[in-house]
Amino acid sequence: MAVEQLIPVAYLIAAVTFVLGLKGLSSPTTAVQGNRIAAAGMLVAVVATFFAREVQGGIPVILGGIAVGGVAGFYGARVVKMTAMPQMVALFNGAGGGAAALVAFLEFARSFQGYPVELGPTIATFLGLIIGAVSFSGSAIAFGKLQGVITPRAFRYPGQQAVTGLLVLAMVLLAAAILLSGRTGVFAVAPGTFLVAIAIVALVFGVALVMPIGGADMPVVISLLNAYTGLAVAMAGFTLSNQLLIVAGTLVGASGTILTRLMSKAMNRSLANVLFGAFGAATTAGATAAAGGDDGRSIRSISAEDAAILLGYAQNVIVVPGYGLAVAQAQHNVRELADVLESKGINVRYAIHPVAGRMPGHMNVLLAEANVPYEKLFDMEQINPEFPRADVALVIGANDVTNPAARSNPGSPIYGMPILDVDKAQNVIVIKRSMKPGFAGIDNDLYLDPKTAMLFGDAKEAVGKVVAELKKAA
Amino acid sequence: MTAEAVVAAYVFVLAIFVGFEVISKVPSTLHTPLMSGANAIHGIVIVGAMLVASAIPGPLGVVLGFLAVVLGTANVVGGFVVTDRMLAMFKQKPRGQAPSNPRKA
Repeated sequence: MAVEQLIPVAYLIAAVTFVLGLKGLSSPTTAVQGNRIAAAGMLVAVVATFFAREVQGGIPVILGGIAVGGVAGFYGARVVKMTAMPQMVALFNGAGGGAAALVAFLEFARSFQGYPVELGPTIATFLGLIIGAVSFSGSAIAFGKLQGVITPRAFRYPGQQAVTGLLVLAMVLLAAAILLSGRTGVFAVAPGTFLVAIAIVALVFGVALVMPIGGADMPVVISLLNAYTGLAVAMAGFTLSNQLLIVAGTLVGASGTILTRLMSKAMNRSLANVLFGAFGAATTAGATAAAGGDDGRSIRSISAEDAAILLGYAQNVIVVPGYGLAVAQAQHNVRELADVLESKGINVRYAIHPVAGRMPGHMNVLLAEANVPYEKLFDMEQINPEFPRADVALVIGANDVTNPAARSNPGSPIYGMPILDVDKAQNVIVIKRSMKPGFAGIDNDLYLDPKTAMLFGDAKEAVGKVVAELKKAA
Repeated sequence: MTAEAVVAAYVFVLAIFVGFEVISKVPSTLHTPLMSGANAIHGIVIVGAMLVASAIPGPLGVVLGFLAVVLGTANVVGGFVVTDRMLAMFKQKPRGQAPSNPRKA
């Protein structure tokens, strides 16, 4: 009994560690510590929960579940490649959402055994179930799109808005049906059946929510679903009258909302635009406009040897890494290139667009993995004034974030998005697989600029060739 | 509203403010680790999963309870380990090393 009374104290400690952990994550020097503090708090909470009376009947099931989930989570987190990080976060997020939905479902089933249906907790239960299930299936689709299992293209169909609306209506009606019959005590259908129906509709809704969104917007979606899961966990906290779940879930819900807004802002789009967006529709208009504006300028392609010469005679080089670099796993080759150039006394810096890679900060992680010193990485605001003084801007696998149309062409779908002023450098080398447009699906005027040279090929191979040429010359 | 529900509502509202305050000061380089860290923190649902693991008797209850604990644990463990791995990348490493050993976990 005495031990059980200490559980709320343990939960309070855990809640404090979560706040401290999130605070720690706000600075590079304290981030590692912050994450570990939160993990320690989680451990305290889990250990304390073992002493709760409700848990006593299910210890073997719980231990078994922890063993299976722990091994799966640990193994998955250790073997995943750094480039696959975003979809891994999606996967773990989906797991959390699924768990929240199941908790809501089980708690409803328990509280229904002989107890009257109370309005507040029941609504919280429905919300936990619905939001958790949406997060679960939505995250699964986001994972599939990023992993390439499902087409990353925006999947649209006629009557999409109507279908989404009907799904929401179905969930509301089902929830109302349970509430009403629960209040009167007259059930035409067993309440469990209703609940399963709600869960299924919510799962379908999650799929319907994420399928029409293109692969480029997945980070925003994952961030949003992360916030959803937080909210679902908070709702589960209301259902169980558990303050710790409410605090932790709400903290994540708030943080996820802010992060989601920051990400869509970096792409100069509102969240509503990402979710119901006309990006696919605007694409064709933008493409035709670009084609119409084509005034006979052509693309200049160069060899790795020429690129090496251009770089070898430069004094200031700014590297602009993008997703192409990440998928080709070229970060180590780029680091090698920078080493060779630096040994010649050339100043090499990296320009990091806020959404370079797949998420804010993703590119920093990838470059840090390749031992690129932190102080060589520059944010967009810091580096943009430096481009006019750069002899060469080396764009590796980045596209839309360098498109000058964002500055100059109000008809372009990306007009107004902050970009790196690559076109202001003296020379531009673009390493790219093909002339295929980027994720936004629009042409890039930068490639038609007379001072731009295209080096076609896989980022890793192309950079490797340039390094070999530079070493040969030295 | 019961007294318990009022307290819960207070906690909820105050936590929203704490979440906004704590998080709005994060540099953009740390956004991905932050998202991953926050992802691990909502893994606290594992506590809820433990509390309801034996909520309904019978095989269905056991299966669903087990599943809830598995998913919650995967969320917690995976979330924290992935975040730790990401953050390890930011640590200052000795310079001048050839990047010959990139696949370090």
